[in-house]
Parts: sequence; structure tokens; C-alpha cells
Amino acid sequence: MSIEIQDVHKAFGSLEVVKGVTMTVEKGEVVSIIGGSGSGKSTLLMCINGLEPINEGRILVDGTDVHGRGTDLNKLRRKIGIVFQQWNAFPHLTVLENVMLAPRKVLGRSKAEAEAIAVDKLARVGLSEKLKVFPSKLSGGQQQRMAIARALAMSPDYMLFDEVTSALDPQLVGEVLDTMRSLSAEGMTMIVVTHEIAFAREVSNRVAFFHKGRIHEIGPPAQVIGAPREPETIDFLKSVL
Amino acid sequence: MFSSLFETTFSFNDLMFMLKGAGVTLMLTFWAVLGGTLLGVVFGVVRAVSPWWVNAPLGAVLDVFRSIPLLIQLVVANSFKTIIGIHWSPFTVGCVVLALYMSAYCTEIVRSGFLAVPTTTRRAARSLGLTWRQDLTEIVFPIALRVALPSWIGLTLGVMKDTAMVWWIGVVELLRSSQVIVTRIHEPLFVLTIAGLIYFLMSFPIARLGARLEKRWREND
Repeated sequence: MSIEIQDVHKAFGSLEVVKGVTMTVEKGEVVSIIGGSGSGKSTLLMCINGLEPINEGRILVDGTDVHGRGTDLNKLRRKIGIVFQQWNAFPHLTVLENVMLAPRKVLGRSKAEAEAIAVDKLARVGLSEKLKVFPSKLSGGQQQRMAIARALAMSPDYMLFDEVTSALDPQLVGEVLDTMRSLSAEGMTMIVVTHEIAFAREVSNRVAFFHKGRIHEIGPPAQVIGAPREPETIDFLKSVL
Repeated sequence: MFSSLFETTFSFNDLMFMLKGAGVTLMLTFWAVLGGTLLGVVFGVVRAVSPWWVNAPLGAVLDVFRSIPLLIQLVVANSFKTIIGIHWSPFTVGCVVLALYMSAYCTEIVRSGFLAVPTTTRRAARSLGLTWRQDLTEIVFPIALRVALPSWIGLTLGVMKDTAMVWWIGVVELLRSSQVIVTRIHEPLFVLTIAGLIYFLMSFPIARLGARLEKRWREND
């Protein structure tokens, strides 16, 4: 049970953003990816659940080749939850309906079952009071927690977080990080692209520093953040800390 | 002398005749809007998702319907039908031409509503495992509907008034029936005022319905 990324290359037109990335994320592990903008971190996440095709290499999720011919991506995506920088609430649905949608339509659960799942997951992220409210009435932090609940409702084996706090007001960052912290404490396998270095240091088993589409340095947080070896890592950490 | 201002030879039967015309106007509007909307949704989605080699010819054909005055389209279609030997009534020709005319405008409304749905929202839907089709029915259509509704209401009201032009191919709808009465009793101002009032009464509920839906959706957004 793992996500194996093998020498993945990804280009948009002539611009290569991921230039040969190899890493494995084991079940139960939390791996943070840090690095400057344009270093290919977010693109890699999109490739992991097949939202973006890749040009070279392979990504295996529990042994299934994500970009292989005949892979049922819709089925594969049930085990990989992803939360984006922009929370992307479905504006025409209430908070409860936002979370119920995928269990109903993708997993084929009954309305009552889906509602039970949604109520449970929304309680998990602290939104029990907001079930009947439309997303537009929520703060950014609440919308982002709703997006996390929406992904959790599919009972994924893996969760990908793509700079989920970058678009939030500073005072709202804490509540979202708390939710992620408790997920990692429960043993959820997570890949977290983030600029929150302190958070990465606290929750991660390993931290990967991306630079110009490659992994420059990867290892335990105490090493990559605490005692970086590469000059690029040192420069980057200096600029963000 | 003052009282003569309010004297009229307009009879109850005349009113009934006009209401019958109004019924024809409503039926024309119903079929034109039904056909125009269905075609418009199909063409609009095709235009939003297709490559240019599908998009360009379809857009060109629809531009024809948008660029030529409706009156000319009606007269040409009515003559053409006789030439190629289709036995359609003028009413049917009117419905078909109006539906095509409406579909050309509706296509653009649907297309822009479709494109107004952020790609990131659709991406989030797909990331949850929704299929392309589920993404359309559960996410894109409901959001696009909210964007497109005000323009669609405007278009529908426009088409209702445009139905008056089918009088040229021999359909007796509201305006034509009013004109028949005007010819007989020579009270154009009075008769046309009543016709205008009937048009208003037919349009008003549609406009109100649109405004109500918009208000309800705005409260949620």
C-alpha cells in the first residue's frame, strides 16, 4: 500500500515543470513538499490522481498505474482525496449537500447513508452548526474545512493537500491546520504541499524540498528543515522563515 | 362631446376573437421556446466543448439565423416548403422558424453559462470521482442555469413578441386578429391598447417567475 512516483516528467507545452521526480510514500506516512512557486509541487499532486497527464515515468497507487491504459480513473480517485488552494465549494449546494454529493453519485449510497456520512465528517471538521447553510455564507477557513470533509466523505486511503492555507487570511489558517493535524494523528496517509514550514516540521515523517522541478533534498524534517545540506534549501528556508 | 370619447363599437365577440389570437400567440411561443431551448442547450454544450472544426461551422450556421431578419426567414421558409413539397401548415412553419431563430440566440446564452463555471470547480468534482457526465449534470448545469436564466427570460419575452411576425405567412395570432378588428371598426388606438395589455399579461408572469428565481438564488450566493 503506497504511492510510488517513478521518474515522472510533466511539461505544459515546451515548459517542463516536473523533471524526473522519484519518491515513494508509504501507507500511514505524512510527506510534506516545500519549495518556491513554480517548482512543480502542485503539478505533481494533480498528476498523482490523474487530473493531469504525465509525459514520462509512472505513478503507481497501490500498484495501479494512474496513467496506464484501461485504468478506471474515476474508481482510482475514490481512494485519493485532494483539497485545493481554492476550496472550490459547489455554490448551488448546501454544506451538507456538498459533502453528500460524491457518496451518493460515486459510491451509490442512499440518501440517508450519505447524509449520515456527511454529518459525521462535518462534525469531524467542526462544521456541525453549518449543515443547511450555503457555502457563500462561510468564511474561507470554514469553506476549506468543508472541502476537507467533502474529500473525507469518500473514505480515501490517501489525502493530498495543495497549499490549502495559501488563500486564507492569516487568522483562519490555524483552524485548517488543526484539522489536518488531527487527521495525521489518526494515521491518514498524506502528501502536503505547503508553505507552512513550522507545520511541515511538526506533522511530517519526511519533508521533500522541490527546486526547479526536481527533489533537491528529502528526509526527516529535523534534517531538511532543521539542518539542510543543499545551498538552495538553505536559501529557500531563509526566505520563508 | 366628452362622452363620445368613450363610445366604442368594440364588442364582446371582438374581445373573444382577440383572446383566441392570444391563444395562438401562446402556442407559438410555447413550441418556439421549447424547441429553441432544447436545441440551444444541445448546440450550446457542443459549442462549449467541441474543437474548432465542429465549432466554426456550427457557429456560422447559427450566425445566419441571428443575422437575417426573422420576417425574411419566415417568408423564405414558407415559400421553400411549397417548392420542396412539404405539407406543413403556416402555424407549423412559424413554430419551426421561431424555434431555430431562438436556438441561435439560446446557444450563445448556454455556451457562456457553461464557460462561466470555473474549471477549478469542475476539477474538484472530478477529483471526487464524479464522471464527466455527472460533472455536467450535478455541477455545470445547475451553476450555468443560474448564470443563464436572466438572459433566457429576456430571450423568451422577445420571442413571444416576435411571434407577431408569423402574420405575414397567414397565421392569425394576437396582433393579426387585432388588425382585423381595427380594419372593421376603425379604432386602432383602443384595439391596439387592448392587444398591448394582453401581451403584457402574458409576459408579466414569465418576467416575475424569472425575478423570483433570481432572488432566491442570489440569497444563496
